[in-house]
Amino acid sequence: MEIAVLLKQVPATESMIEISDDGSAIKTEGINWVMNPYDEMAVEEALQIRADTGGTVTVFSLGPEKVAEALRTALAMGADTAVRIDPKGKPLDGLAVAKVLAGELKKGAFDLIVGGHRAVDDDNFQVGPAVAELMSIPHISMVIKQDVADGRIRCTRTIDGGTLVLETTLPALITTQRGLNEPRYASLPGIMKAKKKPIDTRPLSETGTDPGAPMVQILAMRLPPQRKGGRIIEGDRAGDKAVALVKALREEAKVI
Amino acid sequence: MPQGILAVTEQADSALKNISFEVISTGKKLAETTGGPLTAAILGAGVDAMASQAAEYGADRILLADHEGLKDGLADACIQAVAQLVASADPAVVLIGATSLGKDIAARLSARLNAPLAMDCVAVRADGDRIVATRPMYGGKVLADVSLNGSPAIVAIRPRAMEAVAAQGAAGEVETVAVSLDGSTLSLVEKHMETGKIELTEADVVVTGGRGMGGDDFAVVEALAKALGGAVGASRSAVDEGWRPVSDQVGQTGKVVAPNLYIACGVSGAIQHLAGMASSRVVVAINKDPEAPIFSKCDFGIVGDLFDLVPALTAEIEKLKG
Ligand SMILES: Cc1cc2nc3c(=O)[nH]c(=O)nc-3n(C[C@H](O)[C@H](O)[C@H](O)COP(=O)(O)OP(=O)(O)OC[C@H]3O[C@@H](n4cnc5c(N)ncnc54)[C@H](O)[C@@H]3O)c2cc1C
Repeated sequence: MEIAVLLKQVPATESMIEISDDGSAIKTEGINWVMNPYDEMAVEEALQIRADTGGTVTVFSLGPEKVAEALRTALAMGADTAVRIDPKGKPLDGLAVAKVLAGELKKGAFDLIVGGHRAVDDDNFQVGPAVAELMSIPHISMVIKQDVADGRIRCTRTIDGGTLVLETTLPALITTQRGLNEPRYASLPGIMKAKKKPIDTRPLSETGTDPGAPMVQILAMRLPPQRKGGRIIEGDRAGDKAVALVKALREEAKVI
Repeated sequence: MPQGILAVTEQADSALKNISFEVISTGKKLAETTGGPLTAAILGAGVDAMASQAAEYGADRILLADHEGLKDGLADACIQAVAQLVASADPAVVLIGATSLGKDIAARLSARLNAPLAMDCVAVRADGDRIVATRPMYGGKVLADVSLNGSPAIVAIRPRAMEAVAAQGAAGEVETVAVSLDGSTLSLVEKHMETGKIELTEADVVVTGGRGMGGDDFAVVEALAKALGGAVGASRSAVDEGWRPVSDQVGQTGKVVAPNLYIACGVSGAIQHLAGMASSRVVVAINKDPEAPIFSKCDFGIVGDLFDLVPALTAEIEKLKG
């Protein structure tokens, strides 16, 4: 199986996010950048499939030089090759990113493409299904279990209020959901080996894909209203506190 | 010229879901500035009875895609149907619920139509001839206004972010569109729905248990949720411990919930957890540690052992409800 993984580097989820002075981006100083947690699951799943079926795992990321760190993490986990597409500062929206990635993926002969169901920075939920659409292949989102056999993939995916078991033909694209696996940590020898592996870097202008001007633009960012410290309900015993809380919820907050 | 708004609905158990009314109502409001018509799209098998529900919320026109292949709500069949309904209605704006199905449809539709998409939005307005949507980013730590330049502008709306308002006087003329689903490539092997469970993202009340539950016995929070007619959530720690299924997880890598009342029991209030519940209207924290960070992000807090407090609260609520 030839497997491609799409991955993104994002601020660690514990990051404090501040907005830049022009209000259209976040401040990047002091941020700890990591591989998107859903993409870690994508790398892990690809490695597990490779262990069963043989083949290769190629990881793709679109982004500035810094994202090479996330690609190296994937190599250290065990991916075979890494490709970075460098936008050279060109602004891209979610669909534009999908166009560029689909263009590069079409140059390979991948049986399976694995991505995260969302990146925890833009929270766009878009790139995976859009890539599948642009490649005219099926996709299954939010997968928590998969089996590949005889040119087909069978997946359990989460939906609102339940799960579906779906089957489709390869090539296909799937996106990961929590519960699929526990991503491995890179081993020390893996990290050493990954340091020496080259990263195939492709400037966007040389890919042959013109994603066009972004159709979605960020006009302004702001911080949502923050809750202040709550009122602590006092009372001697649990029952007294319960009475006081219910009264507050009923008379002040009017939620019950 | 594309004009008007297409509101794509979703159903469960032969009724439109709440999110569908939220989407239609959002369309109704938006149409005041963009102009109409407001068309509601209903897709499924045997769905004609639902048309009147869409009309009650103000749809001028209702397009039905009625096809056996749509009965299970599989993404690839729905995407084909929606694409054909969009071609038929030629709207300037497509509104859809950002549910797990709606997100799949929206993402593929944007690629198919080469159209701009704003996902999981909490507000949308027209600014001159462009659409501006507000969407949370970075796990809700930021709200961004984004402009959509292109047609149709696809806006996926977060469940419970907009109000569903019944509207009178709409014509609600119904038209059936014959759709072809030849391109379907997914086959359904099995569908498993958790019966009798309120979906977290749709719940009015959510009671969450964290690591403070100390084990998989969630009886006390379940009883409180039941008394309040709400759903039970879990922190990631409670999920990682194997006490609750992943589908119960609230947070940045779980579900984003926005109930009227959120009660966190034995949850410390990590930033990733707060990301999933910050837009709740009223937050109550129950924790035995007075220094727990959750107390600085709630409206009401009680310091104490949840195993004493939660049953006392349940008893008090039951008394109230008679
Ligand atoms: C990439 C990433 C993504 C994450 N995503 C999420 C996410 O989506 N959702 C999420 O929840 N977390 C997420 N986390 C984990 C998060 O950082 C915290 O570890 C987690 O939320 C802690 O869960 P908790 O509050 O239940 O447990 P703890 O932090 O251990 O807190 C338990 C609390 O229970 C209290 N307690 C104990 N016993 C009692 C008792 N008898 N009565 C009352 N109070 C009691 C304690 O005082 C304590 O405050 C993520 C972490 C990472 C790194």
